[in-house]
Amino acid sequence: MSGTFLGMPAFPEAARKAVADETLRGNLRHATHTIRAKRARAVSELSDWAALREAGKRIKDHTLRHLDRYLIQLEEAVTAAGGTVHWAADAHEANRIVAELVKATGESEVVKVKSMATQEIGLNEALEAEGIRAYETDLAELIVQLGGDRPSHILVPAIHRNRGEIRDIFRSRMGAWGRPAPEDLTDSPAELAEAARRHLREKFLRAKVAVSGANFMVAETGTLVVVESEGNGRMCLTLPETLISVVGIEKIVPTWRDLEVFLQTLPRSSTAERMNPYTSMWTGTTGSGTADVPRAFHLVLLDNGRTDTLADQVGRQALRCIRCSACLNVCPVYERAGGHAYGSVYPGPIGAILSPQLRGTGSEIDASLPYASSLCGACYDVCPVAIDIPEVLVHLRERVVEGGPVTRAGNKVVLKPAKGHAAERAVMRAARWAFSHPGALRAGQRLASRSRRFHPRTLPGPGRAWSASRDLPALPAEPFRDWWQRTHGGKEAR
Amino acid sequence: MSGSRELILGRVRRALADVPEDETPYEQAVPRDYGERHGERTPAETVDLLAENLADYRAIVHRTNAPGLPSVLAGLLAARGARTVLVPAGLPSHWLTGVEQVADRAESTPYELDRVDSVVTGCAVAIAETGTLVLDGSPDQGRPRITLVPDHHICVVRVPDQVVSSVPQALRRLTPTRPMTWISGPSATSDIELERVEGVHGPRTLEVVLMSEA
Repeated sequence: MSGTFLGMPAFPEAARKAVADETLRGNLRHATHTIRAKRARAVSELSDWAALREAGKRIKDHTLRHLDRYLIQLEEAVTAAGGTVHWAADAHEANRIVAELVKATGESEVVKVKSMATQEIGLNEALEAEGIRAYETDLAELIVQLGGDRPSHILVPAIHRNRGEIRDIFRSRMGAWGRPAPEDLTDSPAELAEAARRHLREKFLRAKVAVSGANFMVAETGTLVVVESEGNGRMCLTLPETLISVVGIEKIVPTWRDLEVFLQTLPRSSTAERMNPYTSMWTGTTGSGTADVPRAFHLVLLDNGRTDTLADQVGRQALRCIRCSACLNVCPVYERAGGHAYGSVYPGPIGAILSPQLRGTGSEIDASLPYASSLCGACYDVCPVAIDIPEVLVHLRERVVEGGPVTRAGNKVVLKPAKGHAAERAVMRAARWAFSHPGALRAGQRLASRSRRFHPRTLPGPGRAWSASRDLPALPAEPFRDWWQRTHGGKEAR
Repeated sequence: MSGSRELILGRVRRALADVPEDETPYEQAVPRDYGERHGERTPAETVDLLAENLADYRAIVHRTNAPGLPSVLAGLLAARGARTVLVPAGLPSHWLTGVEQVADRAESTPYELDRVDSVVTGCAVAIAETGTLVLDGSPDQGRPRITLVPDHHICVVRVPDQVVSSVPQALRRLTPTRPMTWISGPSATSDIELERVEGVHGPRTLEVVLMSEA
């Protein structure tokens, strides 16, 4: 059905291919530059942005530091409101729970609201294996699903496609999934949206079961919140009889009031709008008698590596993420490499710190992700919950190179230093030795200065990759410390 | 199921072993020094801002007073060519004249709703700073689905009573446990090259009537 991220090559290898693809680079440059300017404008409208950002960060931090208590409070509130709460330790368990719930309804198809959590666990593929067809209803997810493709952006999974490519996918693939696209479909975005509207409407109207995620879960009331633009979310959340929501345990906020922060920061950070077109809020099955809330509501609380991330005192801040994607849109690396190179449903800067923590750094791609950054810090500046992404990147690089204690599937284990970084470790060991032996350092520096005309312009051996795109720093004719002693700190030179 | 519950809660507690028992409680942990609203406005100016922001996101805004409402609604529906109008149970009956009204019934299927031309509702609260209408399923607003499936939605806002400046003020007026829909302009998408296109699954035309009492 859709592509998979399994067996992805390391980031540099995947990125090299992407960087050579001129259509892809054009699509990404156009899209990211458009949204960057719009976001800056939307944020500048709020004079208290910094205070909102700080409040958002503190709310999330507080919640994470007392997550057990809030999870229990949420469970009680959802249950009291007529919902059923399920707990899933990993992707496999979550998929099994959802498949069983769908089967219990007697249905063999579900409509889906765009959800990062269900992408992360590969729910569509798992349901397919159980004979259940999952229809993505978000426009970009539809483009990805019809194209047998992989998502490349958190908010706009088909950002790597331009309008012409989308028209071609609709024309050739829609018929196999339901109502075909019109013969004379052009590449105007309005016509493409119209084709999606017609294609999906028949699925919404007949759907009996829907699967969603959630942007927020309010512990004190048991209320779930989904923000969206198109109305496909509202269709899925109100028309079907059974609603199953798969939500990461970190999506909790303690109180109803806390939404006043995130409902201001999320839309402006993500689509650069004052408010997204539609936000739905529901509390269990409250109101299902008079209003049309689904008659059965199941909440699947997902761990899948989140508690392991929580155990890392530096890395746990990644769990503050509200999935706005502002960090992707400003990232110079993302803009050039695209989302697929990150080998995860979470691309960009946030993906570079989230994927290696959720999945561990065991695979090539995950061990390479902390290096998929120039550490420029633009991601930190725009983050509406102030995740210090560069700090976590450096922390994870150290973890990869040096190894050390981590938590995997709830168990403390000690990581071995990664193989590919032996030279780096040797250099660091040599540096440590030199800096603690002043005589040797002085001798080495003098030797280096005097031999400087013989220095190569690029490094040999394993250093070549580093110097291929960088100039080696030029050495001065005289080491700094010699100069200092000779001139008494510059006093005699004047 | 309960096995995983205990497993996850146990993992969470072990992960948080570094958090001291006497950590700052919630009330003091979150600084609330952000604004209660942005800017000082009279009630009339707040209504103007609402109108401006609604229009900015392509909602069509009309203004009238209570006595003028029925003729404004009749005019909008006629201009649209709407033959059938979906009506929530609690909508004041004198608002609509001269058009076939379809009552919203719990047993109406989505297919029936799909055949209706327009829907007219009230709202619970409107937010000026963001151009947002909040519907909470009260009798004059009906079920969330009736403002979703038809392609044309007319929402009547009583001004200035139902208008607040900001998101924080709106949340305070609302009851969390009611099923809620926040609407800011017609259905839209930015999924094609991050350019906003109005009109995907929800109503493609959203008209808002700002109604003052006199």
